[in-house]
Amino acid sequence: MIVPTLPAAAAIDAPTFSTVRFRAEREADWIAFDALLTRLEKKGAKGLSSEELLQLPVLYRATLSSLSIARATSLDKALLDHLEALSMRGYFLIYGVRQSRLDRLARFFARDWPLAVQAVWKETIIIVAIIILGAVTSWSLVTSDPQWYYSFVDESMAGGREPRATVEFLQSTMGHGKAAADEDGGALHVFASFLFTHNSGVSIMSFALGFAFGIPTMMLEFYQGINIGAMVAVFTSKGLGYDFAGWLFIHGTTELFAAALSGAAGLRIGAAVVFPGARSRMQAASDAGRTAGKVMVGVIIMLLIAGLLEGFGRQLITDTVTRYAIGTAMLLFWLAYYYLPRREEAA
Amino acid sequence: MSAATNARERLARQGKLRQFITPEGVDLELRIASSGLRFGALIVDLGIMLIVLILFSLLIGWLGYSSRSDIFQSIWLLGFFSLRTFWFIGFELGQRAATPGKRLMGIRVVARDGGRLTADAVVARNLIRELEIFLPLMMLGFGAGEDRVSGLTVAAGILWSLTLSLFLLFNKDRMRMGDLIAGTWVVMAQRSKLDQDIAAESDGAATMVFSENELAVYGIYELQELERVLRARDPRAMREVADTIRAKIGRPVAEEDDVFLLSYYRQLKARLERKLLFGKRREDKYASD
Repeated sequence: MIVPTLPAAAAIDAPTFSTVRFRAEREADWIAFDALLTRLEKKGAKGLSSEELLQLPVLYRATLSSLSIARATSLDKALLDHLEALSMRGYFLIYGVRQSRLDRLARFFARDWPLAVQAVWKETIIIVAIIILGAVTSWSLVTSDPQWYYSFVDESMAGGREPRATVEFLQSTMGHGKAAADEDGGALHVFASFLFTHNSGVSIMSFALGFAFGIPTMMLEFYQGINIGAMVAVFTSKGLGYDFAGWLFIHGTTELFAAALSGAAGLRIGAAVVFPGARSRMQAASDAGRTAGKVMVGVIIMLLIAGLLEGFGRQLITDTVTRYAIGTAMLLFWLAYYYLPRREEAA
Repeated sequence: MSAATNARERLARQGKLRQFITPEGVDLELRIASSGLRFGALIVDLGIMLIVLILFSLLIGWLGYSSRSDIFQSIWLLGFFSLRTFWFIGFELGQRAATPGKRLMGIRVVARDGGRLTADAVVARNLIRELEIFLPLMMLGFGAGEDRVSGLTVAAGILWSLTLSLFLLFNKDRMRMGDLIAGTWVVMAQRSKLDQDIAAESDGAATMVFSENELAVYGIYELQELERVLRARDPRAMREVADTIRAKIGRPVAEEDDVFLLSYYRQLKARLERKLLFGKRREDKYASD
């Protein structure tokens, strides 16, 4: 414990223990600790000299011990409140900061993100199966009876891409015709950023709805599959299936992967709530929530990339083979990044 | 105030206290933030976000108009998205784990298990917020936009989504859906200035001496209320309190109120603290002496 300088000599004259004397002896520590904490909060660890940093835990323990003594002996409410607030601030600062932001960021990309995605692999498989199921269902329905298309795809989303459209028009929507080139012009980035924000919103929803036992999440993902299947059916019926798949593939591998992961994150939480195992339900939910939180940061980054590919890449690259190549490369990159085994962390 | 309401109030205060033991073995006694404070913080944050958004839109609109480039449309879209998604996350990742609204209300986010607040927990709790705030709004918009849906369906939708948003009212830890998922709590983190020790001042003012019997009528609760009045220095409140005490102990009005109250406070505090040292804690005037 630090031996403080005694500020109020008059008060110290009291012969036996008194709270007045206690305060006079310890007050200097509290004031010093308060000042250090304030600077730490404002400027971070860089704002303190190494001597001050060494002093920090000493002052913290002195304050905590003062709090214990004050609780047992003093009835001064203002003093107790101050010590409690000070100890709490100190606790969260001293036990809170362990890594710099840069370290945390590097660690997130190197380990936390891929490992979190790896951890939800079962859920990912389920969600992918659901999307495929949705796509196959709507594809077979629309192929057998084009009327189904109208009940699956929203008109505003379809933008004229429907079974009655001509082959030329459908081709133009994929950036092959002249009409598309004139129309798009310079507004690609607007389109890209719109797609990014829209898709992120949908993904966040499908994650957030997960706690309702994962059912709304699965429905949302199924609906995504339905949309894709219906579109594919329209294009294949006009013999444009190969081109359309390329148009979808360039960004779709990234975007759909991200969508599947957001669904998997949601499903993870839902599953933890329903089947908590040996842990308490609350504990299971919060464990799952943290893994899912990491996955979701990754999902937003993926969607940003998908938005760029969709807005710029797809509109600028009109060659179908190149589109396939880029889409495949992205898919392989994500698979390798997530699922290649990693060395155990040196603890 | 009767003994019963007094006791009930103390119990309510106790109900909001959560044990939180530091590695040094001291219980920090965190207090759960009330739903009112949480709502206030949210309103403040949304207000600030709205102002930021308006300023940002004006700036972008002006830039876009003067340069005639549509790159600013994208910047606006991305800016709006970042503001909406990262406002809460960004601030809660900081040292104080609180958004400006939370800081204003004196509350902060902590991890429920006492460990440090990790970034993934902050992200998880705030992405769920998207659902809690925007789902009722979406339901509302959906109802307004679609004529096919009957009013009853919309009402049911809004009601359903509100039960999610108001989840924190239904549990004693005041956890949002997001808090539950992320394993966090929101607790009081008020700062309190170190006020001077009013018992220690030796300003040489004439002090009165009270007898043991005169001091025996009050307990800790009354002492701390008296402390609050003395620190606030409101003459009218002091007059009222002084008169009450005088009536209680049967003293005539003879001295200035502040001299009377201060002397009484010091001697009552000394007496109760002495008893405290001997292990006797008298909570209020209803408890036995």
